[in-house]
Amino acid sequence: MISLQEVSKSYKSGEGIFEAVQSVSLTVREGTIHGIIGPSGAGKSTLLRMMNVLELPDQGKVMVGGKDLTTLPEKELRLARRSIGMIFQQFHLLNNRTVSGNVSVPLELAGIGKKQRKERVQECLKFVGLPDKARQYPAMLSGGQKQRVAIARALAHRPSLLLCDEPTSSLDPGTTAEILDVLRHINKTLGVTIVIVTHEMDVVKEVCHAVSVVEQGRLTDGFELEVRPGKSDITQRPSYREQLLGKAGMRDV
Amino acid sequence: MFDFSLMLEKFMEYRTQIAEAVGETFLMVGISVLAAILLGLPLGTMLFLTAKGQLRENVTWSVILNGFVNVVRSFPFLLLVVFMIPVTRFLVGTAIGTVAASVPLGIVSIAIYARQVEQSLFEVPRGVVEAAQSMGASKLGIVCKFLFVEARSGLVLGLTTSTISFISYSTVMGVVGGGGVGDFAIRYGYQRFETELMAAVIILMIILVQLVQFAGSMISRWLDKR
Repeated sequence: MISLQEVSKSYKSGEGIFEAVQSVSLTVREGTIHGIIGPSGAGKSTLLRMMNVLELPDQGKVMVGGKDLTTLPEKELRLARRSIGMIFQQFHLLNNRTVSGNVSVPLELAGIGKKQRKERVQECLKFVGLPDKARQYPAMLSGGQKQRVAIARALAHRPSLLLCDEPTSSLDPGTTAEILDVLRHINKTLGVTIVIVTHEMDVVKEVCHAVSVVEQGRLTDGFELEVRPGKSDITQRPSYREQLLGKAGMRDV
Repeated sequence: MFDFSLMLEKFMEYRTQIAEAVGETFLMVGISVLAAILLGLPLGTMLFLTAKGQLRENVTWSVILNGFVNVVRSFPFLLLVVFMIPVTRFLVGTAIGTVAASVPLGIVSIAIYARQVEQSLFEVPRGVVEAAQSMGASKLGIVCKFLFVEARSGLVLGLTTSTISFISYSTVMGVVGGGGVGDFAIRYGYQRFETELMAAVIILMIILVQLVQFAGSMISRWLDKR
C-alpha cells in the first residue's frame, strides 16, 4: 500500500511563496491502477514525484511498503527506488544507447551480472512487445515505441509500484490506447500497482480503478471506477481505420 | 614572387630539425590532452555538479572552482608561463625544456577543457538525470552512466576544439626552451629570414589542425546517436 500522509510542499517564487501541495492525504490500494487528475499546475506531478521522493515534501509522510521514504538515508532510499518504476511524458531515454542498452541501465547500476541482465532485458522487451527493436537506437522509434522502451526499463527491477507522469500526453489517441493496454496488462499479469498522473479524462476512464482529483494543490475529490476489460493480447491492436470507425462514430462509406 | 620549389627544397634541407620540432609539439600537446582528460574532465564535471540547482549544489566549491578556471584563463599565456616557473621547477626539477614547458600548458589545458565539459553537461536534458534518480542511481552512477553517455559527442568536440588551442599555445613555448614547430618557424624562418621555411611550417600546422578537427568531428558524429 502506498499512502501520502498530510504532505505539503511550497516553493519560493519571486517575492511570494507558491504552495504546490497543501496537506494532501492519499491512499493507493495495492494492485490497483490509480489516477490523479487535475488541471495544469494543480500539483499532481509534484504529488506523484513525492511517491519516490524525487520531490521531498516539506511536511508529511510517504509510506511505501511499510516504510516512510522521507526519513530513509540516501543509500536506503536508492534501494527502495529500485522497487518503484517511473515513466515520463518525454520518455527520458538515453538516446546514445540502444533499446536494450536502455533497459539494461538500471540492472547495470545494481551490479547485476551480464548474463542475467541479458535475459531480463529480453524478457522486459518481449513483455512490452518490442523484442525485435533491441539493437536500434531510440531516435529510430516512434513516440509510442519509445514509451514502451521506457516502460520496459521501469520494469527491469520487477517493481511493485509503477509511477506514470503524463505517460500519454505527447502521444496520439491510437498510441495512447496502445500504451494504456500495456499498463493494464502489467497491472493484471504482474500485479504491479500503478499510479497515473494525467489531465486526460479518457485515460482515467479507460484504465483506472480509482481516481483522485487535485486542484490548486489540494485533493478535492475521489472516485471509484468500473474498469473496462480491455484487450488481453496487447500485440493485437485494431487498425487506425477500425479505431476511427469505432471510437469517433464514423460510418463506412 | 613566392618560390614553391625553394620552399620544398628548404623543407627537405631542414627535415631532421622539423621532425624533431614536430616531435616536441606532439609531446607538449599530448601531455596537455592527457591533462585535459585526466584532470579537466573531473574538474568540468565538478563545475557542473556544484552549480546552482544541480546534484551537488555547493556555493563555496562552485566559487572556488570557477575562480580557478577564470583566473587561469584570464592570464596572457606568455605571462602564465613565466609566472609559473617556480611551480614548474618544483614539479619537474627544471624550468627549461619540452617537459617543463608542458606544465603551464597542462594547467591551461585543464582550465580550457573543464569549461567545455561543463557546457556539454549542461546540454543534457534535465529529465535524463531525473530518470536516473528514479532508478536509484548514485551520483557517480548518474555521471558515468547517464551524463557522460548523453554528452559524449559534445565532450569529444570540446576536446577537439581544446586540442587545437593547445597546439596554438604550444607555439610560444620557445621562451622556456620548449621547442616545437612554432619555435622552429620563428627561429629558423623568421629570425633568419628564410621566409619559405616559415611558410612550409605554417602549411604543416594547417594540415595538422585540419587532421585533428577532421578526426574529432568524425568521432563525435559516430558517437552521436541522438
